[in-house]
Amino acid sequence: MQRGSDRRLTKGLKRLLYSLYVPLLAVLTSIILGGLIIKAVGGDPIAAYRGLLEGAFGTPRALSETAVWATPYIFAGLAVAVAFKGGLFNIGAEGQLAFGAVTAALIGYALPVWLHTDIPAFIHIPLAVGLGVLAGALWAAIPGALKAYTGGHEVINTIMMNYIALNITSFLLNGPMKNPDPLNLSARTPDIAASARIPPIFPDLRVHWGFVLALLVAGLMWWLLWKTTLGFEIRTVGANPDAAKYAGINVKRIIVLTMAISGALAGLAGAIEVTALNYRHELGFSIGYGFDAIAIALLGKSNPFGVVLAAILFGAMRNGATRMQFLTQIPVDIISVIQALILLFVAADAIIRFIYRIRAREERVVLTRGWGG
Amino acid sequence: MTNNNMILEAKDITKKFPGVLANDHVNFDLHKGEIHALLGENGAGKTTLMNILYGLYRPDSGEVRVKGEATVIHSPKDSIALGIGMVHQHFMLIPVFTVAENIMLGDETVRHGMLDRKTVAAKIKDLSQRYGLDVDPQALVGQLPVGVQQRVEIVKTLYRDAEILILDEPTAVLTPQESDDLFRIMRELTRRGVSIIFITHKLKEVLAVADRITVMRAGQVVGTTQPADTDEDKLAAMMVGREVILTVKKGSAEPKDVVLQVENLQVQDDRGLDIVRGVSFEVRAGEILGIAGVQGNGQTQLAEALTGLRPVKSGKFILADKDVTGKPPRPITQTGLGHIPEDRQRHGLVLPYTVADNMVLCSYYLSPFARNGIIQQSAVDSNARQLIQEYDVRTPSPYVPTFKLSGGNQQKVIVARELSRPIKLLVASQPTRGLDVGSIEYIHKEIVAMRDRGLGVLLISAELDEIMALSDRIAVMYRGQIVATVEVGKVTREQLGLLMAGITPEKIAA
Amino acid sequence: MDWRRFGIILFIISIMFGIVVLIGITQNSPFVIITSMLATTIAVATPLTLGALSGIFCERAGVVNIGIEGMMLGAAFFGWLASLYMNSIFHFSTMPSLIVGVIAAMLSGGLFALLHAVLSITFKVDQIIGGTVINILAIGVTGFLNRQLFFESGSVFGGQVPHSPGVLPSIRIPLLADIPTFGRIFEQQPITVAALILVVITHFILFKTRWGLRTRAVGEHPRAAETVGINVVRTRYINVIIGGMIAGLGGAYFTLQSVSSFEPLMTNGRGFIALAAMIFGNWTPFGAWAAALVFGAAQALQINLQFFRELIPAQWAFLQNSYLVGLAPYILTMLILTGLIGKTTPPAADGQPYEK
Repeated sequence: MQRGSDRRLTKGLKRLLYSLYVPLLAVLTSIILGGLIIKAVGGDPIAAYRGLLEGAFGTPRALSETAVWATPYIFAGLAVAVAFKGGLFNIGAEGQLAFGAVTAALIGYALPVWLHTDIPAFIHIPLAVGLGVLAGALWAAIPGALKAYTGGHEVINTIMMNYIALNITSFLLNGPMKNPDPLNLSARTPDIAASARIPPIFPDLRVHWGFVLALLVAGLMWWLLWKTTLGFEIRTVGANPDAAKYAGINVKRIIVLTMAISGALAGLAGAIEVTALNYRHELGFSIGYGFDAIAIALLGKSNPFGVVLAAILFGAMRNGATRMQFLTQIPVDIISVIQALILLFVAADAIIRFIYRIRAREERVVLTRGWGG
Repeated sequence: MTNNNMILEAKDITKKFPGVLANDHVNFDLHKGEIHALLGENGAGKTTLMNILYGLYRPDSGEVRVKGEATVIHSPKDSIALGIGMVHQHFMLIPVFTVAENIMLGDETVRHGMLDRKTVAAKIKDLSQRYGLDVDPQALVGQLPVGVQQRVEIVKTLYRDAEILILDEPTAVLTPQESDDLFRIMRELTRRGVSIIFITHKLKEVLAVADRITVMRAGQVVGTTQPADTDEDKLAAMMVGREVILTVKKGSAEPKDVVLQVENLQVQDDRGLDIVRGVSFEVRAGEILGIAGVQGNGQTQLAEALTGLRPVKSGKFILADKDVTGKPPRPITQTGLGHIPEDRQRHGLVLPYTVADNMVLCSYYLSPFARNGIIQQSAVDSNARQLIQEYDVRTPSPYVPTFKLSGGNQQKVIVARELSRPIKLLVASQPTRGLDVGSIEYIHKEIVAMRDRGLGVLLISAELDEIMALSDRIAVMYRGQIVATVEVGKVTREQLGLLMAGITPEKIAA
Repeated sequence: MDWRRFGIILFIISIMFGIVVLIGITQNSPFVIITSMLATTIAVATPLTLGALSGIFCERAGVVNIGIEGMMLGAAFFGWLASLYMNSIFHFSTMPSLIVGVIAAMLSGGLFALLHAVLSITFKVDQIIGGTVINILAIGVTGFLNRQLFFESGSVFGGQVPHSPGVLPSIRIPLLADIPTFGRIFEQQPITVAALILVVITHFILFKTRWGLRTRAVGEHPRAAETVGINVVRTRYINVIIGGMIAGLGGAYFTLQSVSSFEPLMTNGRGFIALAAMIFGNWTPFGAWAAALVFGAAQALQINLQFFRELIPAQWAFLQNSYLVGLAPYILTMLILTGLIGKTTPPAADGQPYEK
């Protein structure tokens, strides 16, 4: 017994090192290509990247900001990763995140008003975050159910749900939920009550307990996927839905559940941003998270710990980019290009293997199983 | 035999795939106007050799000569130009296209930039009359019976003026009677100067139709002979390299209580057509009921319905005194059903999973493998180690992904998993399809052993020999119905063949 | 295209037209309103039609393309950029600049498609992930270049958006455009006209020509196609690139026909809705066009309701809210994908990489 698990441990370690290989080379290649693009538009790549590094890790403040950026990335990346494990492609993290944020904001500012009383923080915070999570879960369960019971493809449906979420939040933030302050011209909610705010970890830095929660949730997701029967069911449905049915797993239920878990994580990302950082929800805040989350999940190979590393990398890039732009006038948008390249090379790991002559050893992801309908 | 009589020669062909030497210095030749059978087990390298001749694979070394001239065949385009046509084991037809579209594809007649369907249809009519191969150019291929689809495939090669015809396992999907019809067509074609390579693993057919027989084993040619100089036993010995026991040793059955009672079961296929049309039978503990029939007569859907994978339209089935009609798979397995599925890689295994995980695929949620929803890895591991030993699964460890195992060992993983659960009935669908002889013998022995231990077995197989060797009773399925149930030993192969073609004794009498 | 499906399409479009007619009837004659709705519907359905045709070329050959959105966005940007270069750097006059812009849009669409082809055909990347890569890449590249070229000093345009050459002028179809009232329907801009012609051409190619037969064979059963000597990889590459160029033309609609400016993310999901139109149209050009008109009508509804805003009765107040009316195309898309309004069958090998 002992020897078996020992061998498995060394094998697992080997596999882990191996699985880091391709993502690292993908990141490296993308950074080199990004440098060439910077050069091509007349910039100095070395200076730009130095600025990027400085901005991301140079000072305690920079580190704190990197963690702040990384927090929603971890949650949203986990959301996409869990769906991937279940054989589902959730492009809708953006909409689910928006709904989590709107709900948390509503509970945060309106609940004390509705109840005409102050609410203690230990009730208010979990309520705001919890209902945000629930909103995200429900929003994602809809395309999940459509997939399970009608065969409507979740890729297009989650994208449509993004646009629907964007329209509805636009309506809410410009209408019923708009901050009524006459000085306010933008589409945003009032600030949430002090009792709904998650405090920062250190007094002078913005890094908050949400970051710690993100790390814990990553561990929890690993445990769920690999150590529980539910995780076994999710992975089986993802790896071979026909065999899952044969094994007596209720495939439809698992599809809906997987999407709900995925949406809950995305909703958590939104709720934490509202309760721990911005203290309100603003229109347009969620845009772009969905695609970033996909890139992070793919870069992290859908492994919760890989997702944490990838999210920190992306957070560092986004955070450092401001300093880079300040120092070298290279627009922060170059980060989007580099991220797209990373995604390109991770998705098409065959290209990286081709460039660096690495032999393939893994099964590939299969998501394209034709359209429903 | 003069050299100009030699229409096709393959010399010293070698082809390697990762981990397999599929063709090892193979020599093969074909005379003009003969039927040359290529005989061998699954995986002996027959199809690889033919795919090389047809340009789908390139050999690593060796030479192909057509009409005496050395040629390099890069693609099917080259082989078609050389007059080689091939009817693949899995038909290369597009179901949503018409017969004419399928036949002209790749060799279209075009007028004013548009497909000239009229000319093509006329040419097809002409061909089918000349060779007695009746096909309707306007029919949709997907709606034609399998035998007609095969005719379309043959017309497709003739349309391209093929002089050399390769038939890869053409009888696998046919009834014995349809096969006879095919043999008639083959003889007709050779009379008109077509030369045929006939690939099969069925000994009787080879002896019936071939002019010469070449046997392959493990990528090598074992020898070439003629029907007059050999018999079934000799050919079988050549095929597997030792004397094989064509029959399974088993005592007579001692049937006890009914474990499965099926009453007037109706099931639909994926397109919503009735495919199982009112089937009734029973399986008793301690007996093997074999379901014989040509593929596509509803056996697959019957097995899927009984195991909960496919909804039931009407009727019912009772498993161990419990009505489980239309229930999902889990309650059915819990009632005591084990299932060796027809498509083991699709249904039976999660290929990227470890052997250990696949061995608990149907019981991962039960004690001792799980407690309070948490997987108990040590129980999963010790279960795997025990089953690997007990069922002689050849794997380096319980933790290798299952796709790394050979087909035979993958099947053993399934057999071990299903038989180690507390079951009363085993549904075995095509349990030995595509396996090597060693694994086939092993699985046959296991099935008989389970019967002797008092298990009911429902065996569904397209191999008539397997059905006859294992079953105690045989039910013959034809067009979704059981046309007859017979005691084994009281029926001949030929009688079964007629039944499989839907010709019942009453019909003959009438 | 079966009649039932055609009936459903007609029914949905009539409801949307009916709403506007009912609201606007006090101010305009129903004929004027219907004409205006129809003209708008056909015009705004243009990128959807082209996107759906792009999808048809790819998927009939067996390659799923959810990167159409990105291809359109990229083409919208590069087409616009090319027309600006021509106009303000090389001092071409308006029309030549716009034509170069359209060509550049089609070429850039083709280039994005080439990338998709390399990923999905040569490297056998999961096609949905490949398409997502295209989408993300297009957002990144257009966002970066838009900022770099027009908002950073030191670029060729000196850090500001130059004067644009405008949009493509309308074409009057002779005689038809002269019909009183209804003539306006036949006065459309060139990309719209091109889209309608492409619907017919695509149908002809797919179902009447050798190329079409082979394309469909490759999408249904690539191995069968290979055994009769068809080069599967080449056929797929060419169809995906043709599809990309058509998506590129759809991209040109946004910056060279509809408006004369570029905004990040301006395609706004049209590429995805186009895929839904393709599915609802059962992978046929005419079917996809009809489905695109449904979405076009939903958008025309939104536009016309803005126009008649004050006339909307109080109990229908939600119709005044463009955010809520704007939900229609997205909800329609999801309804269609449920298959509850008619099942569709994709090409059998759609989305499967071909392994020799």
